[in-house]
Amino acid sequence: MVKPTLVSNSIRVHREQAGMTQAELARTIGVTRQTLIAIEQQKYSPTLELAFQIARAFGVGIDDLFGYPDTSGGTS
Amino acid sequence: MVYEERNAWAGLIVSPIVLVVYVVLVLQQAGGGPLTGVDWFPLMLWVISGGIVATIVISVVWGMIAGMKDPDGVGRSDIRDRDISRMGGRVEQAFVVIAGLGVIALCAVGADVFWIANTMFLGFAVSALIGGVARVIAYRRGLV
Repeated sequence: MVKPTLVSNSIRVHREQAGMTQAELARTIGVTRQTLIAIEQQKYSPTLELAFQIARAFGVGIDDLFGYPDTSGGTS
Repeated sequence: MVYEERNAWAGLIVSPIVLVVYVVLVLQQAGGGPLTGVDWFPLMLWVISGGIVATIVISVVWGMIAGMKDPDGVGRSDIRDRDISRMGGRVEQAFVVIAGLGVIALCAVGADVFWIANTMFLGFAVSALIGGVARVIAYRRGLV
């Protein structure tokens, strides 16, 4: 089985808070709905450019949306 | 299912069929005699052409059916598709290189042109098959 990416994200939470569907957000950031699903499920690491586009769609910083475990094992 | 994934599946369905059909036709034409006596070139040409046409037809028909459900997604591809395509291409390349080395080795030992051509054909077929499997796995399980 493919190991999920270490990059975690809270896209789904932000999307639901914003009242957006997957199709709407996918259209906003210019990807297919399947790609957005893969990103939300951490099966695909978005490019830096795409990460910025997603963060901008919610009006938050990239750090608010994505996390990466630090050396001690926690999530930064 | 996105457009590029449907294409990957179409190739994956057609590749083994093409390979099996070709082997059966060659064996049939050999009729128990030596394989080097088979007029392989027209067979190979027809099978490759048929495979390309079949892949396109499956992809188009599948796209039309999928388009009825999701008209926005038909024919669209994005950065994930390109990433998966690149990964699949790298997997394919490895098998084409192995086949190429096999061809050089066969030329070095003066093998019959039948074996040289068919080694390369097998390399292409296997690379398409393995590359297709890699793409489909990446679509289903993820690419990170």
